[in-house]
Parts: sequence; structure tokens; C-alpha cells
Amino acid sequence: MSTTNARSGVGMSPVTAAVGVELTQRKYPKRRGKWYRPSTLIGKVLLWASVIGLTWVFMYPFIWLISASLKPRGDVFNNQIIPDTIQWSNYLEVWERLPLLAWTSNSVIIAVLAAGLVTVSSSLVAFGFAYFRFPGRNIIFGVVLATMMLPGAVTMVPVYLIWNELGFVGTTVPLWGMNLFGSAFYIFLQRQFLLGLPREIFEAARVDGVGYMGLFWRIAFPLSIPSFIIVFIFEFQASWNNLQAPLIYLNFGSVDQFTVPLGISYSMTLFSPTAGGQGDYQYVMVAALLVTLPMLIIFAFAQRYFIEGLATQARKG
Amino acid sequence: MSAIAEKRARAKAARAARAKTGRRPGLTRGGYNRRESLAGFLFISPWILGFLIFTVGAMVYSLVISFSYYDLATNTARPAGLANYELLFEEPKVMLALSNTLFFAVMSVPAQIVVALGLAMLLNQLGRGSGFFRTVFYLPKMTPSVATAAVFLLLLNGNQGAINQALSAIGIDGPQWLIDPAWIKPSIVLMGLWTVSGTMIIFLAALKNVPRDLYEVSSIDGAGKVRQFFSITLPMISNAMIFNVIVLSIAALQTFDEAYLLFHRDAVNAAPEASLFYAIYLFQQAFRQFNFGFAAAMAWLLFVIIMLITIVQVRVSKKFVYYEGDNR
Repeated sequence: MSTTNARSGVGMSPVTAAVGVELTQRKYPKRRGKWYRPSTLIGKVLLWASVIGLTWVFMYPFIWLISASLKPRGDVFNNQIIPDTIQWSNYLEVWERLPLLAWTSNSVIIAVLAAGLVTVSSSLVAFGFAYFRFPGRNIIFGVVLATMMLPGAVTMVPVYLIWNELGFVGTTVPLWGMNLFGSAFYIFLQRQFLLGLPREIFEAARVDGVGYMGLFWRIAFPLSIPSFIIVFIFEFQASWNNLQAPLIYLNFGSVDQFTVPLGISYSMTLFSPTAGGQGDYQYVMVAALLVTLPMLIIFAFAQRYFIEGLATQARKG
Repeated sequence: MSAIAEKRARAKAARAARAKTGRRPGLTRGGYNRRESLAGFLFISPWILGFLIFTVGAMVYSLVISFSYYDLATNTARPAGLANYELLFEEPKVMLALSNTLFFAVMSVPAQIVVALGLAMLLNQLGRGSGFFRTVFYLPKMTPSVATAAVFLLLLNGNQGAINQALSAIGIDGPQWLIDPAWIKPSIVLMGLWTVSGTMIIFLAALKNVPRDLYEVSSIDGAGKVRQFFSITLPMISNAMIFNVIVLSIAALQTFDEAYLLFHRDAVNAAPEASLFYAIYLFQQAFRQFNFGFAAAMAWLLFVIIMLITIVQVRVSKKFVYYEGDNR
């Protein structure tokens, strides 16, 4: 502890009030840290040891997954990091044992459609809220924000019945169709971004005779590429990882219609040794690795956008 | 007529109109430009349409269905009165699922908050090099829940799983994570902790905004690390804290993927009762049993519970949250 003899008796909460004056009057005490402080050598060692230990804990499931995906059938559960026999053929055979190619293309098509549509539609709506003045704007925007609080489970049943009524159950349409109408969080995010652009750009274009649609396509659209990237990768990830919606809308009929998560869920049962399956769990591991890789690659290139998007999410709260 | 002459003529007409009404032309009573308002509404119309169909429409529809028996074969509903809501209290599985879910949330939310805050504070200490470790901690969050479940199904295996092997190395006899009813929910909490980094990032951002000099000044004042944590860190990040608590609570009450993949994926074998979460039971009733009316009533009960919990959390937090600019 610092060696203070003249404690300001006011306690901690208005930390600065008294101290600010005191600092100028009193001799600045030399700070001596305890041994566990990050400033000391032992403290540094402890800090780095715990960080490296945690890194191992967080990375272990990935390492385990990679290792298990390379093992022959009998060794999958043996927890060895370096397999006794490395069986590269798992990576070829999985495509024959499971319709992984069909699942992947289904997932890619759905995710691209979902992400692309929600980016454009949310951007249009966001531009409507950011640029125009119209009666009730702020109230309507408040409603947009309020819909973010609505738990998805509440509308799950009626939304299914609506799609059923329209004859789309069993197709991929329900997995991206709602994205045509924009999504509250993305509208909020893109509106924030558009409000950050100087309004003069738009006014100048208006003077030059650009119409409202032109303002959007020729100015707002190209300038908000950074926020597009955030929205696109967020929605791509959400769609790529989604299990519940494919379970509701695609989990009957042909296995070829599945998305990758639904397919892996199906093959977990198919290959599980405990449920009377075939026990070839190494194929599940290969498929699990393949469904994870695109996300890790996207993150490697777009980490900044994920962090930024998350920060926005918290600020709105 | 040339364009310039046309413009002049229009301006003249506008001046005349303004002289008559006392308002600028094309403006409505509230001072809005009619063309601009119309264009604004057109731009937001996709959202309004979606809101009317998939939010308002769906909620009204849900309310109607919850008071009826729905027959999927004929797409018809016949009135059921309060039967579905009465069934909520008569069917013991509803209470079972509800208590499982609440119990899980009470375990999971504090665990995630503590771990996420701990990790964030650790990263905050690192300074340079923290970027790399932030990436490392974030990667699990990118992993699809199916992949996480496929791996943890084996890591958590009671006999040969890696987690119990590690525990036995330090002399602890690990439990049958996925079989023993008492350990089923802790298993899912554990999986949640592996993907805690979204919460961590929000804490980290908040920690970065706490002014350094507060710590320096207070340590001169004789405050220890613990005192600093409770008197500076916690109050300064209270906004992020309440955000995380609310978001995590809502998510915990709707937990589906992990429980489904670990326990309910296989329709043949009976799943342990301890793993029956509310969202799972709701899903089964709606899309396996096609009891849409009952499922809709279940959804409304969940909605009311989530709203109540959120309102209480917001109310309570009002007492503690520090807003920048408060009492300064």
C-alpha cells in the first residue's frame, strides 16, 4: 500500500474532490507495489502464466477437434493430442458418407441471401430514419428499438403458421424471407453510421438535382460500406450457425435439403456409438471442423468489425 | 420554356402561395415537407410492412391461436377458451421445464458475468499483446453451436472425457456430467463459459473507458486493489454490467441449441428430465406434437416472465448505475 500518512478522511467515492488539491501540497509518496502487482517481476510472471494457461483452456477444444478429426474410428475418444495413426482419408471419405457438399451449398446460399438482403433492406430503412424529417419519425424509431427486446420464442409459432399458410414450409424461404424487411439492430447500427456523415454532402447533391433514390444509391450506399460489412458478417454468422430455424422448416423430407448445422446434428445421431449408430464419429468431427473454419477465417479478416459491432450493441443499451 | 424561366415561374407561384397561407409551400402543419415525408415513409416502408406482418400480425395471431385448438391438416382453428392456459398449470412438464430453466439461468448468468469480467480485467492488464489473446478468447464465440456441442459431448463424457481425465490428474473424481441429473445443467453452464467472450468484449470496452487517474489518485489515497475494484471499477462499468446481465438473462431463459444437441436431438431415446428446458418443451409441443395452441400459450407465459425479469432488473439497476455526468 502506498505510504500515506495524511489520508483524506472522506472515503473513496468522490475520489478526486479532496485529493486534487492535496496533490499539489503534499510530497508525492513513492509507490511501492506488492509482490503480486503487475508492475513487479513476480506479478508479471503470474499474469502471463494465467493468460497462457487460459489460452490453453480456450484453445484445447479446437486442438482436440482437429486431432479427433484425423483419428481412425477406434481412437476418436482417446484424448491424445497427437494421434497414433493419422488418417487423412477421413477428409475425403466424409464427402461420400455424408451429403456434406449439398449441406454446404444450402448453407452458403441461405447465408448469402439472408445477409445480403438484410444489409440492403436495413440500409434503406436506416437512410429513411437518418435523412428525412417526417411526422412520427422518432416514435416509429422507438418502436424499432423496442422490437429488439422481443424474445424470438414468442413469435415462433405464428410465424411458422404464416409461412405454412403461404406454402413455404419445407423450402429455404423462411430462413431468409424475413430479412427483406430489415432488422432492428442493423437498422439502428446503420442509422448511427449515416448520422455520422456530414449532411452537407446530401444537401450539395440535392442542389445538383439528385433525387432521393439517387441520394441513397449514389451517396449513402457507397459511403456506408464499413457499416455494411459489419451487418453482412453479423448476419452471415447468425445464419450460418442457426440450428433452430432449419430444424423447424427443413427437418423433414430429403436429407439433401439440410443446412450444415442441421446435417451435423443429424449425423451426431447417425454416428453416435451410444444411440445404436454406426460409431464413425470421426466424420462428425471432420464436419464440425468444416463448419467452424469459414467462421474462423471470416473472423481473422474482419475481427475489427466484430468488435466494433459488439461495442455498438452495448452502447445502445 | 427554358429551365431557368420555369424555375422563376415556380418561385413566383410559391411566393404567392406563401402570401396567402402564411406557410412555406409544400409544408404541412407540423412544418414537414410533404414530398420529403412521403419519401421518408417510402424508405422505411419495408420495415413497417415486416413489423405489421411478422411482429404485430404474428403477436395478434399468436394470441388468437393460444385460445384455440389448431389443426395443421386443415389449417383451421376451433375455439378452446382458456383450456390452453389452464393446461399450463395442469401439465407438470411445464413447471418442470420452467424450474429447470430458471435454475439454469440463476447458475449461468452470474457464472458468465464473473468469468467474462475476470477475463476482461486480465486482458486490460496486459496492455501490449492483449490483441492476440483477445482473439484467442473470442474464437469459441465464432464456433457454431453444433460444433461446440459435438466436441463437448465427448469432452464431458463421464468415463473417458478429457475434462474428467484432467480432473483425475489433480485427484478429483469427476462426475458423470451428461448422465447425472445434478450435473446436466452445470455441463451446459460450462459450455456457455467457453463461449463467454462476447460478454467479455463488452466489459473490456467499458474497462478501457475508466479513466486511469482515478486508480492512481485512489491508490495515493490508500485504497487497495479490492477497494478500487468495488469503488471505482464496478461503478464505472455499471452500464455494461446491466446490459450484459439483461442480455444474458434473456438468452438463458431461451436456451435451446446446447440442450437440444446434447440431449434431445435423438427422438428415440428418452432425454433426462433435468435437461428439459422451456424452449425445448415449447419446440417439441409446437413442431413435434403440433399442439400450436398450447405452444402459443407457453410462448406468452415465457414472454410475460422475460418482461417481468427485465423490468425488475432495469428497476434495480437504476439504483446502482452510474451515468457519466451524474453528481459531478
